[in-house]
Amino acid sequence: MKTISVPVTGTTRPGIVNAENVVAGYPGLVVWRDASFSLDRGELAAVIGPNGAGKTTLFRLLLGLQQPISGMIKIFNETPKRGNPSIGYVPQRHVIDSETNVECLELVHLAYCGHQWGFHLSAKVGRRAALLALQAVGAAELAPKPLNALSGGELQRIFLAEALVSDPDILLLDEPLSNLDIRRAQELVQLVDLVVRSRNVTALLVAHDINPILPYLDKVIYIANGKVATGTPKEVLTSERLTALYDTHVEVIRDSRGNVAIIGIEDHHGDE
Amino acid sequence: MSITADLLIDLEQMFQYQFMQHAFEAGTLVAIVAGIVGYFVVLRRSSFAAHALSHIGFAGAAGAVLFGVSPVIGLLAFTSVGGIGMTVLGPRASHRDVQIGIVLAFMLGLGVLFISLYTGYATEAYSILFGEILGISTTDVLVTAVAAIVILCAVAFVYRPLLFASLDEDVAEAKGLHMHMLGIVFMLLVALATSIAVQVVGVLLIFSLMVTPAAIAQRLAKRPWRAVVLSVTISLVATWLGLSVAFYEPYPVSFFITTIVFVLYLLVRFLQPKINPLKGGQAASEGVQGKQVTQPSVT
Repeated sequence: MKTISVPVTGTTRPGIVNAENVVAGYPGLVVWRDASFSLDRGELAAVIGPNGAGKTTLFRLLLGLQQPISGMIKIFNETPKRGNPSIGYVPQRHVIDSETNVECLELVHLAYCGHQWGFHLSAKVGRRAALLALQAVGAAELAPKPLNALSGGELQRIFLAEALVSDPDILLLDEPLSNLDIRRAQELVQLVDLVVRSRNVTALLVAHDINPILPYLDKVIYIANGKVATGTPKEVLTSERLTALYDTHVEVIRDSRGNVAIIGIEDHHGDE
Repeated sequence: MSITADLLIDLEQMFQYQFMQHAFEAGTLVAIVAGIVGYFVVLRRSSFAAHALSHIGFAGAAGAVLFGVSPVIGLLAFTSVGGIGMTVLGPRASHRDVQIGIVLAFMLGLGVLFISLYTGYATEAYSILFGEILGISTTDVLVTAVAAIVILCAVAFVYRPLLFASLDEDVAEAKGLHMHMLGIVFMLLVALATSIAVQVVGVLLIFSLMVTPAAIAQRLAKRPWRAVVLSVTISLVATWLGLSVAFYEPYPVSFFITTIVFVLYLLVRFLQPKINPLKGGQAASEGVQGKQVTQPSVT
């Protein structure tokens, strides 16, 4: 499953997502530069880094909502475009409106067919697909419940089902663990891992705290200080790599259970 | 005219007058349209936009009267331009309040100018503000019918994308839907619906058909399609009942319509948690009581 990262030049690298020397940002403002990485089928990768480092910017590039300033980013060897059906997306979201009395099944159903114009008299196929997606995240019993009655963990399951319903190859999950307590976060990570392995999809997950997800990760994309470090967790989460990334002395300490603590930076993920 | 015990005789009595026929025809069309568009207004939390558009419509109607054209033309023109203006200035539906207020203030300013320029205006202004359903002409009914058909076709076409965008803007955008375009379509739908609903309840009371029935329906039904049907049913019943009562009582139709939907809303708001204990839990969590309970458990 894990690939040995060999520096390759040229554009015909195999893999689902390929990025080479990408510079991202807005006109007149570079958010980060020199990101090169590739993701293969069935890999679970984390995008981590301090607040405002540009983690969501990476997602916007992959979703085709924003173009790189320079460099190349490809999904299945094609330039990302909006409405790519092979991507399932869970945006960063904190609340759902307390008045939104709409059942979960309907939301997942809309993620299946909500981009189609006109009217379908029978919604049988779509509702079936929605129910299957809910089953895949272990939330079938939530189908008839209204969205405003769900807990944070249940909502994240629904959002995951929403992303899965179109049977994507890539999942982009933006901070799915924020607002969840440690146990719920663990459950959700295990669920994401299960989905990634059983459906053989590639998942990118933005996270603030790396420890709950560390055991499941194949790759890490660490964005900080306008730069990007990528590789396996073992390669990236070292004192040398992070010192180079932050331009200041950083030390990575591991405890007996494999948890990491990164010492030497102020805005360290985990404390907000 | 006095009411009898026989419903058929009452109805016959009422419908022998052409103004009552017209009132029922236009009222029915408006109720259907307002019930449907209203559901999206409530779902998108855009009731301020609907409120603003109806007031902008007043300025438009005043301008139309000043220039000697039908008020409906002025209503349509101003609400459409206002709706597009709001969407262009504030692209994200969730943070549009300020832009709506800015456009509203400017266009109401125009309305003040139009009124000051026109002298013999008072009665016309009154009917635009509070509705004049008993004075609807055959042409008005036809215009209303055409507008209603346009709105129904447009809603049927954009139904799913608009619903998706209203529930989950970010994912809908990532799926390739253009939020800006859908926002403009939605505002135009509200503009058109407002323009024809003004005849029935007037600018000031537009909420009674556009927001209250949909708000009731949203509490009762969690499938959008059912909520839309319910919302239409409520506004239809309120309009019909209001018209019938106003036929026998010397008070304004719009007063009865607004009162009926308000009482219905209160009933649903306070009785529903008691009838349906499962849903009562959620309803309570929206209220003050619920907040007091949940907040300490978080800290």
